[in-house]
Amino acid sequence: MAKITFITQDNIPVIVEGESGSVMALAVENNVAGIDGDCGGVCSCATCHVHVTKEQFDLVSEASEIEKDMLELDDDANEYSRLCCQIDITEQLDGLVLTVAG
Amino acid sequence: MTSKNNTQDTCIIVGASHSGVNLAFSLRKEGYAGSIKLIDSDHNVPYHRPPLSKTHLVSDEPVGQLLKPLQGYANAQITLTLGVKVVDVNRENKNVTLSDGTLHTYTDLVLATGASPIIPPITGIKDAHNLFTIRNADDTQAIASAFKASEHKRIVVIGGGYVGLETAASLRKCGANVTVLERESRLLARVTAPYMSDYFYALHQNNGVAIYNDQNVSKIRTRDHVNTVVCCDGSQYQADIIIVGVGVRVNTALAVKAELTIDNGIVVNECNQTSDKNIFAIGDCCAQFNTHYQRWLRLESVQNALDQAKVAAAVICGKPPKSNPVPWFWSDQYAVKLQMVGLSQGYDNVILRTETDKPDSFSVWYFKGSELLAVDAVNHAKAYVLGTKYINNSAEIDKNKLGDNTVVLNAAVLKVPN
Repeated sequence: MAKITFITQDNIPVIVEGESGSVMALAVENNVAGIDGDCGGVCSCATCHVHVTKEQFDLVSEASEIEKDMLELDDDANEYSRLCCQIDITEQLDGLVLTVAG
Repeated sequence: MTSKNNTQDTCIIVGASHSGVNLAFSLRKEGYAGSIKLIDSDHNVPYHRPPLSKTHLVSDEPVGQLLKPLQGYANAQITLTLGVKVVDVNRENKNVTLSDGTLHTYTDLVLATGASPIIPPITGIKDAHNLFTIRNADDTQAIASAFKASEHKRIVVIGGGYVGLETAASLRKCGANVTVLERESRLLARVTAPYMSDYFYALHQNNGVAIYNDQNVSKIRTRDHVNTVVCCDGSQYQADIIIVGVGVRVNTALAVKAELTIDNGIVVNECNQTSDKNIFAIGDCCAQFNTHYQRWLRLESVQNALDQAKVAAAVICGKPPKSNPVPWFWSDQYAVKLQMVGLSQGYDNVILRTETDKPDSFSVWYFKGSELLAVDAVNHAKAYVLGTKYINNSAEIDKNKLGDNTVVLNAAVLKVPN
């Protein structure tokens, strides 16, 4: 079980718990504003963009090459960006804070 | 225009797939205070359709990937009615009749009725054993069951479009003996350049799928649960299971009853309103003038379905709609990821971009003169993203550099100075 906090663009924290699946699916299940996951989680749409903090980036590891390329669709992307459909929920993510990208 | 804060309002949405479901949730996001009734004849909780011919076909999961968890509808106060058909619409009284006999009045009605697979008029097709189309979760379930029960697992796919090819790849992965029969002289003939057709032909051949182009199926003979698919040139293929993927027909029955304007789909304006301003149409079922390509289009894609849902939701809530007129698509076959942006129809020159360091990645760039129309990117998200930016901005691209794989693929490098 991992407790994950999403900070929406309106600066509202949404705290959710998940056991398995992708972080995107967890966000969609909990109606986290700004996480659409339009392609269903196949890294094709870049509508599940989140920013991880520098301190916690080790928890989620680096984006794959295709994911990094897809992130370039979004002008708001930086080195701590991830598409959260590509992050699998594990216990290791407990306490993770993600900011939903604009 | 409807007031978003009026709790007396009712929005009835016919069709609970990508566009209908997204519309329902978008309405709430926009502050819609009225009732939202989402109705579909499919009895399954709304699910993602693209995996039906891809991952879902090879998985043991009985239920596909849901668009939203069931509880989400209740939380958003969206009434989801499944397994019931909307059989009539009365524009004058603003109500619809359901197959269970109930009558429901609306303030706004949204037709998200989608399309249905075409069953071509082939002799014997009605009596064929284990013949399926792929559009609904039930179709995929039925194929999976028939596949498990089949001893020889000989599959004939009629139609070499995306659905047919994805299905072929998925079933091949499960060990099926797959043959694809395509009517045109090459695969994906209507939507891609010959290079792409050749690539997918080779990809499937290398994975053990037999593909025959220029094959027009003339009849199907069925005896003892085994089908023989016969083509016009006399060639014959044995099939335990037949998959038909030859395109779709728009579900216009309700629009016809409502006497809405129909021309290759339910005709809508830039707000997705039909010829009746209180009736909207979104997704695969509607035809809309595309501002980027400057022509009428009816698109069959998830992105278009979602985009139009957001437009209709904004309009119903009295807000200015924002739309993205450049469509995009994706297809997964075997380990190959194909991403497409734009529409290539009308292209007169093509640039193939290969990469020296990535033999499995390439992209095909379609131009009309100097205008970039579309990009097909194979295992190449960078090309897809770059193409998206260039098309969205209608920016000119340096074709010489693009075609030269010693020049790095990068937005700044490829830009033509003004």
